[in-house]
Amino acid sequence: MTPRPFHVVRRRRDTHDTWTLELEPHEGPPLDVGPGQFTMLYAFGVGEVPISVSRTEGPLLVHTVRAVGAVTEAICAAKPGTVLGVRGPYGNTWPVEEARGRDAVIVAGGIGLAPLRPALLHVLEHRRDYGAAALLYGSRTPRDLLYRSELERLSARPDLEVRVTVDAADDEWRGNVGVVPKLVGEARFDPANAVAMICGPEIMMRYSAEALIARGVPASSVYVSMERNMTCGLGYCGHCQLGPTLICRDGPVYRWDVIEPLMAVRQL
Amino acid sequence: MTTIEQLLSDVPFFSTLAPEHIELVAGCGSNVHFDEDEVLFREGEQADNFYLVRHGVVSVEMFVPGRTTTTIETIEAGEIIGWSWLFPPYRWHFDGRALGPVRATSFDGACIRGKCEADPALGYALMTRFAQVLMERLQWTRLRLLDVYGDGSRR
Repeated sequence: MTPRPFHVVRRRRDTHDTWTLELEPHEGPPLDVGPGQFTMLYAFGVGEVPISVSRTEGPLLVHTVRAVGAVTEAICAAKPGTVLGVRGPYGNTWPVEEARGRDAVIVAGGIGLAPLRPALLHVLEHRRDYGAAALLYGSRTPRDLLYRSELERLSARPDLEVRVTVDAADDEWRGNVGVVPKLVGEARFDPANAVAMICGPEIMMRYSAEALIARGVPASSVYVSMERNMTCGLGYCGHCQLGPTLICRDGPVYRWDVIEPLMAVRQL
Repeated sequence: MTTIEQLLSDVPFFSTLAPEHIELVAGCGSNVHFDEDEVLFREGEQADNFYLVRHGVVSVEMFVPGRTTTTIETIEAGEIIGWSWLFPPYRWHFDGRALGPVRATSFDGACIRGKCEADPALGYALMTRFAQVLMERLQWTRLRLLDVYGDGSRR
């Protein structure tokens, strides 16, 4: 439960309210993080929040954080040299091994691209091990899109289909306007042989999963990453309980046919 | 050369129609092309057709006084655009603009309406398909109204 001190090496602004921080441990080995796992990130004197790992690179731990409250605002404001506490990594991973030999469909909404980025990078690093690969990404407006320069580079790859949409366009936007689930019907993949990984607001994940299933992807091949009030990260405190499951311990990644019945219960 | 009938057989919107109905619908269609930024239709103008987009992207736009023209939605290849031809007073409610080169099939609304009135089975089959498109667009619009990418919980 004791956080390890990490210092901020680099900080980059992604959007008007979102920052990417590269962290390095003061001492000791780097974290061994699987795609989809999260850490408990501690802004000393302010508080601790669960944040998905958006990348690892050598000793560096990369987090993309949206400033939506006191703790996340403090983390986003952490300049190079600032020390943050890190616990973890916690949680399970995206099914990148199960997807091997099959088509990989990655569906992200808003800040949900950050937890999916390691899975996407894994597929691209082991590109020959996968069939078709698609990234379907949506945000509220063009100015809310994460990793824009990276998206442009990825769009140029012939071995990856990238489709980006926004809910509301501005004057300069020349791309898609509409919701992410609509992109599911337009992407090129074999539904019967695809594994889909979805992360974003819960309702966006529900509509996206339904669109995938309507296209013929088996519900057992659709995965979502759940978010609840994760406080301890270890399955002790029970804050992230969803029916019989504790998201920090059993999740955050769940198979759709397992988690969908729980998502439909309004009291949970 | 691919006939309009053959084209329609490959598009999900039409492909499950009976062959004789595809033939009837194809008889009202003609292939068209639009250059980038060319306007397919404009708000308030007579809506006497609808389009099947075969290649490219069409932007559905609305002019908002005091602001620039706003894109409401984009329509991609394989999708249908236009239902104002179905209901009086047959006027377009939005602008449609080609975001790049667009190839489409245009269907004459009066021709289709006439065939639907003469053959209620065709009318029912087409109306259920248009209702499906309307329902999907309404669902997506409702989803956008929720503004799901809002601030979320404060932490």
